[in-house]
Amino acid sequence: MSEAPVLATQGLTIRFGGHVAVNNVSAEFRPGTLTAIVGPNGAGKTTYFNLISGQLPASAGKVLLYGEDVTALGAAQRAKRGVGRAFQLTNLFPNLSVLENVRLAVQSRAGLGLNLLSLWSDHVETTEKAEHFLHRVTLAERRFETASALSHGDKRKLEVAILLALEPDIFMFDEPTAGMSVDEVPVVLDLIQHIKAQGDKTVLLVEHKMDVVRSLADRIIVLHNGFLVADGDPAEVMASPIVQEAYLGMGVAESV
Amino acid sequence: MLHRLLSGDFPRSLWLSGALALLVLVLALAPFLFTGARAMNVAATICVFIVLVASYDLLLGYTGIVSFAHTMFYGIGAYGVGLALYSIGPTWGAMALGLGIALLLSLALALVIGLFSLRVKAIFYAMITLAVASAFAILASQLSDFTGGEDGRTFSVPEMLRPGFRLIEAEVFGTAINGKLITYYLLFFGALAIFLFLLRVVNSPFGRVLQAIRENDFRAEALGYRTVVYRTLANCLAAATATLAGALMALWLRYAGPQTTLSFTIMMDILLIVVIGGMGTLYGAMIGSALFILAQNYLQALMKQASDALTAVPVLANLLHPDRWLLWLGVFFVLSVYFFPTGIVGKLRALKR
Repeated sequence: MSEAPVLATQGLTIRFGGHVAVNNVSAEFRPGTLTAIVGPNGAGKTTYFNLISGQLPASAGKVLLYGEDVTALGAAQRAKRGVGRAFQLTNLFPNLSVLENVRLAVQSRAGLGLNLLSLWSDHVETTEKAEHFLHRVTLAERRFETASALSHGDKRKLEVAILLALEPDIFMFDEPTAGMSVDEVPVVLDLIQHIKAQGDKTVLLVEHKMDVVRSLADRIIVLHNGFLVADGDPAEVMASPIVQEAYLGMGVAESV
Repeated sequence: MLHRLLSGDFPRSLWLSGALALLVLVLALAPFLFTGARAMNVAATICVFIVLVASYDLLLGYTGIVSFAHTMFYGIGAYGVGLALYSIGPTWGAMALGLGIALLLSLALALVIGLFSLRVKAIFYAMITLAVASAFAILASQLSDFTGGEDGRTFSVPEMLRPGFRLIEAEVFGTAINGKLITYYLLFFGALAIFLFLLRVVNSPFGRVLQAIRENDFRAEALGYRTVVYRTLANCLAAATATLAGALMALWLRYAGPQTTLSFTIMMDILLIVVIGGMGTLYGAMIGSALFILAQNYLQALMKQASDALTAVPVLANLLHPDRWLLWLGVFFVLSVYFFPTGIVGKLRALKR
């Protein structure tokens, strides 16, 4: 934990009318670590993600990337600076092929987007790279199918492949295994484990399955009603009364 | 060779390939196949509309932008060339100057409209383009000292493009090699080059991003593509190509006026052709333009013949009266949207499977 944080949020807050979905959340994330963000439904986990990756503008507070304030930047600019995001609700390009879905991520990473006079099929290395990432999520043989034709589990895998293809410094997984069949889950968990093992990547993971959290996380952050209510070592956080109560669905606010 | 020329985007249907080859062949040989001024007009209009509709498809079919300002850019091209030739004189220099100014104006307008309004929802963007285009059309008719108002401007073209000009004295296959023929081939090869350019753009990495934005702009943004930049660029490209189409049309007609370039009717025609041909397939612009322009020009004559032949049958003769041609064009459109929701090209491609 000696390295400088890659990502930090300081007093991050967003209000929707009178409702404060994320309230004054400060946290730092260091390379080589995997932080699980847990909390009951509606706790603000996905909203916190959206604030970090730029899908939503913060009402107050800051997002810092490598010490640089990126709060005013849009999602595309943050993605270019190394924030990679996979979505909870599958979020693909439905009428493009599986390969093209991933290729678009590789292409963004390679900075080819504004190249309008070359043939996309001439960028062989881009296509090969996309195929490599599809292979890693075991989707290589389905690459010419339309994304919308995939099963739910395969769509989730494609979502992960797109995130891998962005080759970000910060990986943000939002319930990556939700809705997957039991035999598909290990493929994704192994990938996340592998990313973590690289040592220089920062992983943020929103996950409901406690066994998954226990096996992967170095640290757990608990959000409840938009507040950060616990942050620390998995064993300690899991044992704390706050988490026990939050997960049993009882009023945490009273006990705080 | 063909692969590079077509940017690897083949028609992917035997019938479609045949139809396209036939169309290109007929258009390429039109001056030698047809003699009448009417037929040549139709051929030239098809050439120009292929470019105009293809550039609109770049917006609507590939990027998912609904714009009603496309005829404005078309008009800027026509007026740019027309007014320059009218006020400076029939020289190539004047033509180039007019085209240059028109392109700059179009790009500037597309950029401003794009940056100001492509952030908003699609429906608001459509409304904004409608407002700007209407304002522009009114401006063109009000500034009558400059633009000729509702009458437009008739102008002379450089000598080489005039009907009186002879490149060679002898006739080739019974056709005089005159300025009109040269103008036609300027249109034909201009349209061909622009079409192939657009085909390259939609099959480039940039073109894939446009399709990604059409499919899911939120996700495209999350991948690191600043969608407003891409949309604005697509807007500028489409505007520039529509301007070129307008310039070509003006050279052919030797006239620039509100009815032939800025009118909302043309905007509707473009929309219809894109939908009939098949959105998101540039080949649809070719097939659609050819069918639509042919119907527009010959449906009436065809109906007159049918009506005359059926004078004995009371209701049918009346239904097929040439004055009802717009009704039939409408029926044709409704049926084609109903039976070919993916357009003619989509239908032909699906036949194979």
